[in-house]
Amino acid sequence: MVTLNINGEQHELDVPDNMPLLWAIRDVVGMKGTKFGCGVSQCGACTVHLNGTAIRSCVTPVSAAKGEIKTIEAMADDPVGSKVQQAWLDLGVAQCGYCQGGQIMNATALLKKTPNPDTSEIIDAMAGNLCRCGTYNRILAAIERAAGAEDQA
Amino acid sequence: MSRSDDRLLLANVSRRRFLMGLAGGSALVLAARWDMPLANEKAQFGAGAMPGGWVDDPNVFIHIDSDGTVTVVNNRAEMGQGIRTSLVLLAADELGADWDRVRVRQAEANQEKYGNQNTDGSRSMRHWYDPMRRAAAAARLMLEQAAASQWSVPLYEVRTDIHKVIHTPSGRELGFGELAEAARELEVPGRNDLVLKTDDELRFIGRESGYINGKLESAHPKAIEGVDIVTGKAIFGADVEVENPLYAVIARPPVYGGKVKSYDDSETLKVPGVEKTLEIEGAGQPAGFSPLGGVAVVATNTWAAIEGRKKLKIQWDNGPAGDNANYTSESYRQALEERAQLPGRVIRDRGNVEDALQTASKTVAATYYMPHMAQSPMEPMVATALVKNGEAEVWAPVQNPRATRDTVAGRLGMDREKVRVNVTLLGGGFGRKSKPDYAAEAASVALAFEGRPVRLQWTREDDIHHAYFHAVSVDHLEAGLDSDGKALAWRHRTLSPSIGSLFAPDPKHKGEFELGMGFNTMPFSIPAIRLENPPAPAHVRIGWFRSVYNLPHAWAIQSFAHEVSVAAGRDHRDYVLELLGPGREIHNLTVGDGWNYGEDPDMHPIDTGRMRAVVEKATESAGWGKELPEGRGMGLAFHHSFVSYTAIVFDVEVDDSGNVIIHRADIAFDCGRQANPERIRSQLEGACVMGIGIALMSEVTFKDGVAQQDNFDTYLLPRMPDAPREIHIHLMDRQDEPMGGVGEPGLPPVAPALCNAIYAATGKRIRRLPVGDQLKA
Repeated sequence: MVTLNINGEQHELDVPDNMPLLWAIRDVVGMKGTKFGCGVSQCGACTVHLNGTAIRSCVTPVSAAKGEIKTIEAMADDPVGSKVQQAWLDLGVAQCGYCQGGQIMNATALLKKTPNPDTSEIIDAMAGNLCRCGTYNRILAAIERAAGAEDQA
Repeated sequence: MSRSDDRLLLANVSRRRFLMGLAGGSALVLAARWDMPLANEKAQFGAGAMPGGWVDDPNVFIHIDSDGTVTVVNNRAEMGQGIRTSLVLLAADELGADWDRVRVRQAEANQEKYGNQNTDGSRSMRHWYDPMRRAAAAARLMLEQAAASQWSVPLYEVRTDIHKVIHTPSGRELGFGELAEAARELEVPGRNDLVLKTDDELRFIGRESGYINGKLESAHPKAIEGVDIVTGKAIFGADVEVENPLYAVIARPPVYGGKVKSYDDSETLKVPGVEKTLEIEGAGQPAGFSPLGGVAVVATNTWAAIEGRKKLKIQWDNGPAGDNANYTSESYRQALEERAQLPGRVIRDRGNVEDALQTASKTVAATYYMPHMAQSPMEPMVATALVKNGEAEVWAPVQNPRATRDTVAGRLGMDREKVRVNVTLLGGGFGRKSKPDYAAEAASVALAFEGRPVRLQWTREDDIHHAYFHAVSVDHLEAGLDSDGKALAWRHRTLSPSIGSLFAPDPKHKGEFELGMGFNTMPFSIPAIRLENPPAPAHVRIGWFRSVYNLPHAWAIQSFAHEVSVAAGRDHRDYVLELLGPGREIHNLTVGDGWNYGEDPDMHPIDTGRMRAVVEKATESAGWGKELPEGRGMGLAFHHSFVSYTAIVFDVEVDDSGNVIIHRADIAFDCGRQANPERIRSQLEGACVMGIGIALMSEVTFKDGVAQQDNFDTYLLPRMPDAPREIHIHLMDRQDEPMGGVGEPGLPPVAPALCNAIYAATGKRIRRLPVGDQLKA
């Protein structure tokens, strides 16, 4: 048995230790906000927070997911995450939307560590998250907007 | 003249818009035959020519609850182009609905009920703008009639305001919700009784809003599923809740046309969670939309299925694959380049190119290459199927619900009516999800587990190995110039495998719709033009990729036009404006194209005046001709596709290490009348970024018939550092022109504009895509 703490709730799962966290979250716990994109840590669609750090759940075995896991479903209740979400809506960032949960998780982790990143810090931090629709310019602007919003708060 | 006739005239002063709005001369006939689909009217063009045609019955598309909630049915696939938001926006504006009280319901596959649902060819808005506005106008009239009846007042004394109807003389009001039930009982009004809102009465349609060229200028009608997307609640293909599902992946033949000879699943079955393996029959060649075959691994979770598949030992039989097993990209490219030196099937011939090239004072020749690419939407292909009691239900992200329904029905040997296809949100499509092979695979596996839903998941490796690839292409061009540098002759040979090879024995030549994508429709005014299409065989599944054959055609023609201007010693912009000649309308039939994207050439000629205008707008906005620092340059390209016009200027720097830094993109775009400018901008921004990937990094190569790239570590896509620092989009004000496409036409000119800018910055000419490390020292 593996115990996962996801968004403040304990989940006891009867899965192999080496099952990637992504599939445990999606197929076993049944939360669908975290997406499968590549399976090899190349696209960032599966990004979740483990103890506040953005990780790729597709290559993280459940045995390594010790501590507090946060998924996109919890971001509306997160002070930074909710600002990021609002900036995404204000700027109409999403096209298809499939990668955006992972983008928001990565952006939120960035802003928690670096509340006022400069442009190059944002680009460096987001380079691991692919968006095939090509929404990068709006993602960048939304992160800057969310960072500014924190200043005003 | 009645009030409604007067308003209709006001709303339709433009001849083209009048024809567009009322589907030509059939308007009166249709008005008298409200229930007849247009397909029965033998319309030749536009929405009426599509299978299933259009429908504008408000009872099909608009439902109002007694609490006032307005639900609009979206019959098209939402894959990021924003059609759910934009179609609802049309309905809400025409109806007078409050944006916050409007919902959307996704239509299941049912062409008889909803009209054409094939979300492809950048058609959704240009084909559904008028029907959706008419449906909403009819619903509004019914609400007004219900109110007038309830108040016992004449209809002309009532008007609609936001989400309510008002009796003007008395000021009495009734909300949409209060009127809904009575309105539903009324007969649907005839089309000639409808009064569409005039442009100045519209709140959303055609209005600029939201994020414009780097600034949030104003609020905008938020995406209809925007909150769901940012909170992780949006339902994509793999997110559908079904009871007690099984999960499957398939090991497919590595070579197109190969088959399973034998397999050993003993190790697979030891993987915890794996339940069963089964062989999936492949369709052979041509594959069409049918599965490639292989071995399915079925498990209690996706990961177990993936792990189980790794342990399969499969012997493949490449005999049925024939030549495909020898397909190697490098030698194929060389073979096409050699073949391009010889004449081919003549597509267009004007003047005597041979003579003109002989007598020219200067000749220019170049050969361009564009590789295979996989569409690779971020959501890999996935479908869930349930087979039960002789019926099937499918949940899948598909661009073509009708083809999905028919392919699944064919696969299961069922009547179409026994198959229900529920369309989820698509995590990107780009043409890949026009092909419902994955839904048929899910159905095949589900057939072995009757009564239990099966989710068939593609991995990224599956996606890149088994795409319906963008056609590899070689284009060879020659031009002859006089002593002043004026172009006298233009010869272009284009070679690509045809999508026709997917459905029939390989034609080896491009079909009409493939040539019509910017090849024979090349708009330059040159005395001698000869266009040829030598043969090129297909060895993998070839399929639509966003903007399709416009990609290689624009890449070659726009790169070569620049090369010719350089040879002529002329400014690129000035030179191409001369090549375009004075503004004029080119009828597609006069250049040998019988397709014109399915649209009426009288409404949608190729207008070189509109082409010139976007070139002028993009270059002016970019500051064309201004001094730039060393190592920096501007490049221009433009293209007509999907009956829209695009021009792009890039301002690019190439650093000492050969890295391309894109400082700015200026995109001028003319799609005629605009429905939702905010989403037009987002489509152009996205196309710009996707095109940068096509130019700089994306390529799938084959060796012995097997794709050599596996995942995003080797099949490279643009990332945030690759995007332009700034994208400036200039939408042309052409509200009186009929609508053109939006989703695709932004893409074709991107790669040539970028490579032309690289030349301006470095003097290095790129003729083979992607750029890759060609700029590295």
